[in-house]
Parts: sequence; C-alpha cells; structure tokens
Amino acid sequence: MRMRSTPLLVAIWCAAAATMNACDAGERYRAAAEATGGDPARGQAAIQTYGCDTCHVIPGVATAKSLVGPPLNAIAARTYVAGVVVNTPENMESWIQHPRAIDARTAMPDTGVTEIDARDITAYLYTLR
Amino acid sequence: MSQLLHSVLEPAGPQAERIYTLWVVTCWISIGVFVVVAFATAAAVVRGCRNHRQRLTAGPSEMAISTAVALAIVVTSGILFVLLGASVSTGQALNALGEPGAVSIAITGHQWWWEIAYEDALPSRRVTTANEIHIPVGRPVVFKMSSHDVIHSFWVPSLHGKRDLIPGMSSAIWLQADRPGRYRGQCAEFCGLQHAHMAFEVVAESDDEFDRWLDAQRHPAEQPNSEQERRGEAVFVTGRCAMCHRVRGTPAYGSIGPELTHVASRRMLAAGTLPNSRGHLAGWVVDPQTVKPGTAMPPTPLTPDDLQDLIAYLEVLR
Repeated sequence: MRMRSTPLLVAIWCAAAATMNACDAGERYRAAAEATGGDPARGQAAIQTYGCDTCHVIPGVATAKSLVGPPLNAIAARTYVAGVVVNTPENMESWIQHPRAIDARTAMPDTGVTEIDARDITAYLYTLR
Repeated sequence: MSQLLHSVLEPAGPQAERIYTLWVVTCWISIGVFVVVAFATAAAVVRGCRNHRQRLTAGPSEMAISTAVALAIVVTSGILFVLLGASVSTGQALNALGEPGAVSIAITGHQWWWEIAYEDALPSRRVTTANEIHIPVGRPVVFKMSSHDVIHSFWVPSLHGKRDLIPGMSSAIWLQADRPGRYRGQCAEFCGLQHAHMAFEVVAESDDEFDRWLDAQRHPAEQPNSEQERRGEAVFVTGRCAMCHRVRGTPAYGSIGPELTHVASRRMLAAGTLPNSRGHLAGWVVDPQTVKPGTAMPPTPLTPDDLQDLIAYLEVLR
C-alpha cells in the first residue's frame, strides 16, 4: 500500500510545486511590470531581436548563454547597473539604450533599442530576482 | 516578402512543383494500398471468426489461393512500375538544363557557410558573397556546386530537391523561382558539429531589383565617413579580421572566411545563425565560439573602443 501511494504523493507534490512556482512567476511578472511600466513578455522577445542574448547569460532566454558581458541572473536584485549607476528602472532603461553615454569605457554597444523596447526589456530584467 | 518559406509542400517554382506532384501521387497510391490492406485484413479476421464459430476446417481451394497471389503480385508490380516511371520522368525533367540565358552561380560549401560566386565572362564583373543568394524571378538559374572540405548538400525545399556538394567533384542543379520571396535553404548532409547552423537564404526578386542588387555587389566597399568609422576600418584592416576576410577596396584580402564587402546588406549572420543586428554582430565578433562552437572564427577580444569602432565600420559595408 505504502509502495503504491508513493508515486501519487510525488505527483501531487510536483503539481503543487509547479503551481506555486507558476504563481510565483506570475507575481514576479506583475511586480516587474508595475515597477517599470513595461511589458516583461514583450521584453523577453525583444532581447533576442536586439541581440542581448549574444553577449549575456539571461535566465529564461534559451539562446542567451555567452559570457562576453556579465550574466544577468538576479539583475533586479543588484545594487548597481554596470557598476556605475544605481539600479533603478530609469537608469536601467538609459543604460540599455545608450550605454556609452553612462560609461564611456564600456564595450557594450548602442544596439538601437527604442524607448518602448528598453522599458519592456527592463521589465523583463526586473523579473529576474 | 519577409515570410521565410521552407517547405516542400509549398512549391514556388517548376522543379519544386514537379517534386510536389510526385509526392502527391506517391501519397495517394500509399493511401490506396493502406486502405486495401486494412480492408483485406479486416475481411480475413471476420471470415476467420465465422469459420471458427461454424467449425469449418476446409479453406479455399489451392486454385483460388494461387489466383489471389498471382493477382496481388501483378497489381503490386504494376503500381511499382507506375511509380518508377513517374520518378524517372520527374528526374529527367529536373535534369534538363535551362536555356543559355540562365544566371550562373557557383556555390562552394565550407564548414559551415556557403560561398556564392556570380560568374561573368569579364573577371571584373564577377561577384563573390556569402550565405544570401539573390536570383531573378522567372529566369532559370544554374548552380554549380563544389565543396571545400567535406560533403555538404544544397537544399531549398520550396524551390528544388537536394544536390550534394562533394569534394573534388563538381555537380550542377538548375532551378527557377516563379514567385518573389525569401526562401530558406539548409545544408542537408550531416557535415560536422555546426551542420544545423549552415543555412542560407534565396531572395527571388524582379529582374530590375536583381540587376540593381548585382550591380551594387560589384562595387567595392563603401568608404567610411566619420572618424569612428575610419578608426573601425583600421581595426579591421590592421587587425585579425583581415587575415581571413576580404573587403574589396581595402587591403583586407583574406580568403578563409566569408567575403564581407557588403556584409551589412545581408539579413543574417554566420550562415543563418543570427539576425544581422548591431548587438548580435558585436557578440559574434567577440565570442563566436559560444554562438557556434567549432566555427573556424576565433574569439577576438578587442578593446571596448576598438569593438565600438569596428561595429560602426561593419555597418558601413552596405
């Protein structure tokens, strides 16, 4: 009896964990959208359009696995953006749009991100806690 | 136009059309055979059950069995002959070379990219490019294939079947696109680690657009305008890039990697691996081994300033 119920318990536990995880993700997306005014889902797609994924490790973006720039896991929890300005949504947006205007020595290029896309990308990055 | 077509079931030229027809014929014959076999099986099961219930032991006569087997053999051979005939006639039609006015393009397979050369009687009018093939709509195009290293296979599903590129041998294929559009092609013979990242695009456009494109490709590279672009050109020409890449009109005359004279005019980078945008370009230049592990291009750890200048210069190469 005990043997038989084990897989069932495991399945229930997994389902519960997955649901909680999904709720947690939904909560993180809502919080990020509120903090930044952007759309995290659109931002996630824009990351691949502008090529952020070719230089950074970004959780949730399958193609983002390069170490040219710093990995962006838990980027929302970091104190500074690029080590030069305080990590606020506004600073993150400006950095994404014109990194060289903030730090003239950075290797990160201006990739032509529009204001709306910068806000959406910031929104996605702010889901990464 | 922006929709990339990559399907045997959506033919866009006479060759692909014939292959598609052959596919449809084979499909319907197979469906017919399947239905007949399924019915025969069902009938045998039903009859077997009935015989079992009525305790009948005597089967059909020898004569009936022989007749049935002979009939089955004749019908099967007949169908196979029809398919063989259709296949041979399709093959012959596909092999018929186009009229002399055909555009002639030499394709050389490399691990893992496509070298594309537009031939011309005048050497100065020949054009070399990579990974993006432009062809005029409604005109036959002859592709002459060879390989630089291992066996590759040239395949544009919406335009034609596959043709192998074999080292030391030359082969040819001719095709025609009847509708303007972008058609995706892919290496169809496993050729090493990055076989899956060995794609290309065929851009079929009107005669005018094609002539304009070819003319633009014949020109040497655009000159840099700003100070930053000039510095970028110096990075390219005096640095590592020039060891492998060629930019006509500059001292960069490498021939190991793709020609970059008009790289900014292409839609994709690294043989269909990345969209050709600033961010992707910068990441690719610095760290190609993460994007496409095994590619011949080595990592290039440029200083941040050199990287910015180089990217600005590469964008000039329209």
